[in-house]
Amino acid sequence: MANTVIEVRDVSKRYRLGTENLPYRTIREAVLGWIGRSSSGETEMRDVWALRSVDLAINEGSVVGIIGRNGAGKTTLLKILCRITEPTTGVARMRGRVGALLEVGTGFHPELTGRENVFLNGAILGMGKAEIRRKFDEIVTFADIERFLDTPVKRYSSGMHMRLAFAVAAHFEPEILIVDEVLAVGDVAFQKKSLGKMDEVAREGRTVVFVSHNLAAVESLCERGILIDRGRIVEDGHARDVVSRYVRSFGAGSVERVWRDSEKAPGTDTIKLHSARVRPDGGSPFDPITTRTPIVLEFEYSNVEPGAFLNLSLHLFNEQGVLVLNAAPVEEKNWYGRPYPSGLVRDSCRLPGDLLNDGTYRVELLVVKHQTEVVYRDDEILMFEVRDEPDEQGIYGGRWQGVVRPRVKWKTNIHPIE
Amino acid sequence: MRRETRVDRRLDGWVENRAASGWRPRVDLRQLWDFRELAMALARRDVKLRYRQTLLGVAWAVIQPLLAATIFAAILGRVIKVPSEGLPYIVFVYSGLCIWTYISTTVDATARSLVDKSELVRKIYFPRLLAPIAATLPGLIDFAISLVVLVVFMVLTGVAPGLAVLLVPVWIGATIAITFTVGMTLAALNVEYRDVRYALGFLVQIWLFASPVVYPSSLIDGWQRYVYALNPVVGVLDGFRWSAVGAPLPPAADLLGIVTTVLVFIGGLVYFRRAERRFADVI
Repeated sequence: MANTVIEVRDVSKRYRLGTENLPYRTIREAVLGWIGRSSSGETEMRDVWALRSVDLAINEGSVVGIIGRNGAGKTTLLKILCRITEPTTGVARMRGRVGALLEVGTGFHPELTGRENVFLNGAILGMGKAEIRRKFDEIVTFADIERFLDTPVKRYSSGMHMRLAFAVAAHFEPEILIVDEVLAVGDVAFQKKSLGKMDEVAREGRTVVFVSHNLAAVESLCERGILIDRGRIVEDGHARDVVSRYVRSFGAGSVERVWRDSEKAPGTDTIKLHSARVRPDGGSPFDPITTRTPIVLEFEYSNVEPGAFLNLSLHLFNEQGVLVLNAAPVEEKNWYGRPYPSGLVRDSCRLPGDLLNDGTYRVELLVVKHQTEVVYRDDEILMFEVRDEPDEQGIYGGRWQGVVRPRVKWKTNIHPIE
Repeated sequence: MRRETRVDRRLDGWVENRAASGWRPRVDLRQLWDFRELAMALARRDVKLRYRQTLLGVAWAVIQPLLAATIFAAILGRVIKVPSEGLPYIVFVYSGLCIWTYISTTVDATARSLVDKSELVRKIYFPRLLAPIAATLPGLIDFAISLVVLVVFMVLTGVAPGLAVLLVPVWIGATIAITFTVGMTLAALNVEYRDVRYALGFLVQIWLFASPVVYPSSLIDGWQRYVYALNPVVGVLDGFRWSAVGAPLPPAADLLGIVTTVLVFIGGLVYFRRAERRFADVI
């Protein structure tokens, strides 16, 4: 019988914005506020609800993945679960030891040695000194830094730094583990290691709440998925279902975007976007894209400044945030490097098939003037999913590794020994 | 095996996170105790870092008050001839500086304790009072070293304390309490109002002049003595000199410092507990 270990009831969280450039106030402002003058304009506060009436119950031993767009409220929810911040209304209750990994290596100090940092970081995470001492050798072996134990961390390479920080975090064993996606940074090997460790933790029967953009990781690690959108829980169910609904939901908003009202269209004074879409070559934006499919990205925008030298530039990022490629029309024959008349510009760019690995991709659009000056940038103009061909799972049945997925020609020759 | 991981001890109970209400500051002492290893780890870090990459290292703990005492002794003791309760001026001023150096450096460290740890405040949970508590610890090492030097001075100048020397720990305790009270209040203010950073140096300077560090409190008399004693450092310095170096017994007026300390402590704690809900959001 499963016991509830996390219970969230009607939790809302309000942040006050309006002093964005000035995260803290000065006494002068506060005094002016008290005597009622700050409402006169410039320091007016804007309320933003990061979470609205969230209800949630999590059972002992379950592994729950929380997904959602940036700014949806995922991290705020985690911060409330680990009591870093207080809800504005409602209550969150946790039973058992709650350990938070919102960051790897919190409190690492560059002047301290590796050994000293292990103890400091362990204490910060919540481990007792005796516990760290007992796990110390294991941690050091895991991090593979025996020789540099008494060297200040500032002389470590970033890889060593990361390994040590992760090793401490990996040996932290609370009953309820709350992990932000910070675990999914670093190189691929590090990610594999951290995800493997998460899997291990989950198998041990501990309760894990895991926030990630890495949908594949959520699908494989978690049995339950929760989708948060604009501060509310909008989906809660089997991780697989929630992820696929999430991907579809972005599909609708992010493989094709059309701005009919030029007032609201993104752009600058002289350039306004009309549409952006991504589709498989020869198909429409809602058709599936697989690793084999050539992909077409299309953009329409109007230019009202005659004689402007313009071009688009695209950055494609994968779900780990790796910049996969930059595409710019440098080989375009008709208009590249020539002044544009005012009018509607339609740009399309075709990526060959057998290039991208499966996963979710984010497209960043730059509008460039005179080939150097970025006049407009949208870092998430489109989002799309590249899927595996159903018959093309790697021979191990898992995901093909790597950023790209070209079809590689192999040739094997065997000269048998007679 | 897991048992050693720190958490709230109410294992079978629930830990709650809800918007706090009411004015009464509730301090969960047991929880603070559960987090003691973190306080020690943070204090140990500060101690280790303090003199790292310095040539003279811990010697600074002796040099600072010693240099100050020598200068004061030369100018105030020799030239201006400030009275010193019948003690050699150097012993008089150095005994005051032992206490004062701890107060001034530690109030500063404590006031910065939350802001300096903003990364921790944003990323992990710990009872926020732990930060100012941990910040009062590293200075104690320097304090202890300076007391050893004081003993050397006393031996050299032939100053011997009476039985009251047994009360020295009381004055040290009071010093820590005053330092924590002021530092904790400023730490909470500092999170939201960085003005504290600028005001602090000035405040500490004024406080030095308002305390009998370089001159004896007996220079002030009449009703002014009562106002003066509202500064709790007056009572602590008088008491410490009485116990440690055989200065005269302080007047009862010095007890007024307790009133100020208690009032500031309560006010500071109420403010701290109210403000701490916003720490992670505004720091």
